[in-house]
Amino acid sequence: MTNSINEISTDAELMFLIGTNTTEAHPVIGYKMRQAARNGCKLVVCDPRHIDLVDEADYWLRQNPGTDIPLLNGLMHIIIKEGLEDKKFIEERTENYEELKAIVENYPPEKVSEITGISVDDLYAVARLYATTDKAMLFYTLGITEHICGTRNVMSCANLAMLTGHLGRAGVGVCPIRGQNNVQGACDQGALPNVYSGYQAVTNPDVKEKFEKAWGRPMPDKVGLKIPEMFEAAHEGTVKSMYILGENPVLTDPDSNHIRGALEKLEFLVVQELFLTETAEYADVILPAASFAECDGTFTNTERRIQRVRKAIEPIPGKANWESICEMFNYMGYPVNYDSPEDIWDEMASLTPSMAGTNYERLDKKGLQWPCPTLDHPGTQFMHAGKFTRGLGLFQPSDHIPPGEMPDEEYPFLLSTGRILHHYNVTTPYSPGIMSIWDREWAEVNPVDAEKLGVVTGDKIKVASRRGEVETAIKVTDRVLPGVIWMSFHYSETPTNAITSPHLDPITGTGEYKVCAVKLAKV
Amino acid sequence: MKMVKLIIDGKEVEVAEGTTIMQAADQAGIEIPRLCYDPELKPLGACRLCVVQVEGNRLFPASCVTPVSPDMVVHTESPDIIEARRTILELLVANHPLDCMTCDKLGDCKLADYCYKYGIKESPFEGEKHAYAIDDSNPFIIRDLNKCILCGACVRACEELTGADNLSYLHRGWNRKATTAGDVDYIDSDSCVFCGQCVAVCPTGALQEKTMVGHGRRWEIDRVKTTCPFCGTGCNFDLAVKDGRVIGVLSNPDSPVNQRRLCIKGRFGWDYIYNEKRLTTPLIKKNGKFEEASWDEAFKLIAQRFTEIKEKYGSESFAALSSARCTNEENYLVQKFTRAVMGNNNVDHCART
Repeated sequence: MTNSINEISTDAELMFLIGTNTTEAHPVIGYKMRQAARNGCKLVVCDPRHIDLVDEADYWLRQNPGTDIPLLNGLMHIIIKEGLEDKKFIEERTENYEELKAIVENYPPEKVSEITGISVDDLYAVARLYATTDKAMLFYTLGITEHICGTRNVMSCANLAMLTGHLGRAGVGVCPIRGQNNVQGACDQGALPNVYSGYQAVTNPDVKEKFEKAWGRPMPDKVGLKIPEMFEAAHEGTVKSMYILGENPVLTDPDSNHIRGALEKLEFLVVQELFLTETAEYADVILPAASFAECDGTFTNTERRIQRVRKAIEPIPGKANWESICEMFNYMGYPVNYDSPEDIWDEMASLTPSMAGTNYERLDKKGLQWPCPTLDHPGTQFMHAGKFTRGLGLFQPSDHIPPGEMPDEEYPFLLSTGRILHHYNVTTPYSPGIMSIWDREWAEVNPVDAEKLGVVTGDKIKVASRRGEVETAIKVTDRVLPGVIWMSFHYSETPTNAITSPHLDPITGTGEYKVCAVKLAKV
Repeated sequence: MKMVKLIIDGKEVEVAEGTTIMQAADQAGIEIPRLCYDPELKPLGACRLCVVQVEGNRLFPASCVTPVSPDMVVHTESPDIIEARRTILELLVANHPLDCMTCDKLGDCKLADYCYKYGIKESPFEGEKHAYAIDDSNPFIIRDLNKCILCGACVRACEELTGADNLSYLHRGWNRKATTAGDVDYIDSDSCVFCGQCVAVCPTGALQEKTMVGHGRRWEIDRVKTTCPFCGTGCNFDLAVKDGRVIGVLSNPDSPVNQRRLCIKGRFGWDYIYNEKRLTTPLIKKNGKFEEASWDEAFKLIAQRFTEIKEKYGSESFAALSSARCTNEENYLVQKFTRAVMGNNNVDHCART
């Protein structure tokens, strides 16, 4: 997030939500949004599904799935036509505005209304509201990124914020709410194929030299493989061994049968996990992992706040994860001598300019938000004040890119997926308490479709795509549009990702979980 | 900002206009007893325990809802006030089970704390007592309305902290109760999201964390502040630990992102750590079946096979999937292992999936 969570309560005058079901996927942020809306902060929700926050919203733009770019372009079209853009911000802080203007010119309200299903009046109202509200925060999550055009969707959100000068102050910004406890931190620490910690490029010779000196080994300067490429390479036989820590791609990655095939082809697989997951079944060696309650360390949240994780009990498998990973170094003949996670942090901070001012003592009480380059730096509540990281903000406009697979005669329904309140990806199904009240998939089907299929809430249906099929119980509800079925992905008994789309965003490799074509049949 | 000067218990205090007497006293380090007041909730003035004596004022105002005025002279513990508080407590206790010996909340029960402070052992008031059935319908929260003092903290938390609007008041007078929409058990309540904010703010034993009941009194519990392992919001809370075992999650108001707010996953989903399916020892697959192994055997095999494969196919033949669930330090080590030990940049995690 460019900005911080508490600005929802203290600064924002408008919240613009697109593709985020916040009260279920990020409940505590959702509570704060709901309170802000009730205290007079305006709320716009763009979502095909009737999520809870719709009930608090001033405007609900119920767009057709996969139409984010035309929607955002349409809003920008109106803003420019009505002269509501922030001319000073565009002039001083951005570049490539002319290209943006040329592209959004082709998205007049009538055309956008036809593509998105949103009324022309609502497009005008929301465009004017967002542009003329001084402090408007834009939030998105996977409803924006999990599309074939995910990167372009994100850029379009950024375009809208830059066009209206909604960056670089408190109460504004482009705020992706990160899905997992430490997805921000895993990126920040360089668990990515192209960067070291703090986003230092592996291709930069100075960076390479710094890490070679620090780590005493020659460093590879070729960008590595992203997850989908790793599994492709395993299929092709160029990747032969893997180490997988705390991930269950068989359940969580799209088109899981393809992943299973890749894992089968590996010559040697090590999985470190809490449980014998679907992925761990393919391992040659399984290392037992310690849970968050058993480890010291840090997580970094969605607003870049690094916070302590503290060991409350002894590791159940006998070793904390950092200890077992260190043993792998040692057995491989690369001795490491960290006394504690704090030692590891200090080494990282010494090699990472954006976190050089952090240490365990400083982040003990309230955490610290990076960038935090020096020991006397207070951390950064909001980014891009006065200047973007790259200098000028670059408008990167895009035309509409339809989903990779849309319903057709053979597969007439659109399947969209997401998270539910009671569950979190793949650990909560091991919580006896939570499973005792919410133990199965409840796919959402519109009453119109339910009647045609002859099914009622509680019935079981078969959902099939070109990749496979799963069985699920259904809930008949108008939360979803006719022609759409919505499912979560938390249950091994209904592994929804066996049927999701194989299409990926070409830049990030993110799967298009939000749209694919399926057919439904009563069981 | 206009400042106001007043005197509390003989101490001169200067605070901003609009400050309540209770806040002014807090700023001066004078603690006025309180049950229904909660710094994160709208003041209600319901319990009256925070009454104070204001010179020139015939009535005892509730300090949580009364703003200061210039030159006010306030007494927080005068004999009359102590007498009033004792009566208030005696009235509350008249209809409150005195089973403190077995109540899990003792040690974190404000009613018991104030009864101790003012020496209330029992109530001189005799009369009817409530006999509500205990709501034990769900895996997370035990509700014993017989212990409810109608402070309304749960109702306000449900509305103001979560916005679920599930809890509200029902009936009037003797029959008044703070309960769910439709007065049903928690499990049957459609609008309850099991965030547990009601439990976090309850000052008595009326609402309790079910997992903690019978597992330790508050003074026996170690509280370890940590960060939630579920979504990316970064809520903090305390793990309640007794004899080396986690028995529950307790809100920690000193949490920068969430204050005391949590969701069902953060507050109640932690029990996966004791799931009997946890892996507790390394496993090595032999003839298609996993067999238990020592850490040493596992590491030896890993080192041997990673080295063989690297030598046979080159360093590009290895890839690592790190984890958005694991700590920064673990992620740092995994990428360092991939780069420094295995010699390539094939490291990624599920940020993109």
